[in-house]
Amino acid sequence: MSARLFILALMCAAGLTRAASAQTVPLVADLENHLVAITTGFTGTDVLLFGATDGPGDVVILVRGPGEDITLRRKERFGPIWANAESVELRDVPSFYSVASNGEPEDFASFRLRERYQIGLENLRLTFEDQRLSADVQSEYRDALLRLNQDRNLYNAEIGRVSLLANRLFRTELHFPANVPTGIYFVEIYLFRNGDVASAEIVPLSISKIGIGAEVYDFAHNLGPLYGLVAIIIAVLAGWAAEAAFRRT
Amino acid sequence: MQIYLPIAEMSVNIFLILGMGGAVGLLSGLFGVGGGFLMTPLLIFVGVPPAVAVGTEANQIVASSVSGGLVHWRRGNVDLRMGAVLTVGGLVGSGVGVALFSVLRGLGQIELVISLSYVVFLGAIGALMFYESVNVIMRRRRADPSKPVITARGPGRHTWIHGLPFKMRFRKSKLYISALLPLGVGFLVGILAAIMGVGGGFVMVPAMIYLLGMPTQVVIGTSLFQIIFVTANTTFLQATVNQTVDVVLAILLLIGGVLGAQVGARLGAKLRGEQLRVLLALIVLGVCLRLAFDLVATPAEMFSFGDAGG
Repeated sequence: MSARLFILALMCAAGLTRAASAQTVPLVADLENHLVAITTGFTGTDVLLFGATDGPGDVVILVRGPGEDITLRRKERFGPIWANAESVELRDVPSFYSVASNGEPEDFASFRLRERYQIGLENLRLTFEDQRLSADVQSEYRDALLRLNQDRNLYNAEIGRVSLLANRLFRTELHFPANVPTGIYFVEIYLFRNGDVASAEIVPLSISKIGIGAEVYDFAHNLGPLYGLVAIIIAVLAGWAAEAAFRRT
Repeated sequence: MQIYLPIAEMSVNIFLILGMGGAVGLLSGLFGVGGGFLMTPLLIFVGVPPAVAVGTEANQIVASSVSGGLVHWRRGNVDLRMGAVLTVGGLVGSGVGVALFSVLRGLGQIELVISLSYVVFLGAIGALMFYESVNVIMRRRRADPSKPVITARGPGRHTWIHGLPFKMRFRKSKLYISALLPLGVGFLVGILAAIMGVGGGFVMVPAMIYLLGMPTQVVIGTSLFQIIFVTANTTFLQATVNQTVDVVLAILLLIGGVLGAQVGARLGAKLRGEQLRVLLALIVLGVCLRLAFDLVATPAEMFSFGDAGG
């Protein structure tokens, strides 16, 4: 922990001098590391984000996972049983979303700004494949998507805490759960001042599988038939070994 | 201790999975069943995606049927000729099953079909097994306890089945029947095995005894022989077409399963057959009811994610 704090202090100092020397940069920010490795023992992680501003202001941090096309299905009753009926497709839906700020965004950012920068889950923009869907249907599926992703801990309705120090330094821990999707994430940092965005920065973050897990996944997806054969050979050997071991006893 | 499953893309407690493997292995050793029909629903209950549960279970069954099949092979309880014909039917069936699986998955109906198949088959087999074993226990109570109770219904009836063409002689089974029969049985069980993630022994064994009229002592060995090839084929096809075989999960299940099966087999030798079968029937019916309840009960969440076009 102390090592972490030391690094933080060092990097913030570096950031400050950079900001001070360049005068024109009102906001600098960076991540403790730009790579989250999902290893075999992965149970979720926190990534430290730190930065500095050139004076008072409010900081908002958005984390967005890679976009993906998704299908949402709704269940309906067929006789006695419930089964999937109609479905709706959405384009480029962020696979992860969280917000952090030093205050309540409502207090310093107008509704229009929050909507434009998609600050807060209620302002997340979703694109339906079928544009002709009625507003009612769209909002129903929208609510369902937000609810499902919140249940999976991939969307966070709560605003995370950003600590501000002397109106200059800020830091926050970005949390990623065990089931976090892989891909390139974008961490957007906004500095609000006098009811407008004074400065913004985007930092990429790569979340990827590393080690045996990653190799197994790549193997399964790139060389399916060979993977299947290996799986069968492992099973046959294991079955044979088990029988041989217990025959002796 | 958590472990990340690379294909299921989730973290699970390693001891939970080992324990599940052990518990199902114990039951399979105790009752002489494969256990796939219990393991696949259990995996789904703990949150493994149904498609991955089915694909991975096929892989695990390869191992358990190799180890069980070898025991029967040594005792000479495998009718190779019958096994080969069943396997041909089974290979075609599992191919059809995996293709069907892929189509249903795209339509978003695979979970429904898996659940429905389980409810129908577990319900029917559980009820039959319960009825038959309770009957045996009642008769034993009424009858002179020194007399043995005859339970197995042998062959010998002559029906339309014996009029089918392509007759083949199966020496070990002492049968002279149409090859279409075992081909058909193998085919249907192959489809089931691919869709439900089971070996299919619980359908195959009754079909071999009652439909084909095979002698009981070669039934288990021959069905295990066939299951090895059909589940190996299913594993290969699921890995190729759907990428839903998680070897890490399969290995964990395997370790628990092997140990559990040995304990179960030893425990089973001390208990009485009919009572065991009543117990198994109750477990089967319990799983069936649970799945049926989930189908009928109003879901708490009406919406779900579907696979986005592959």
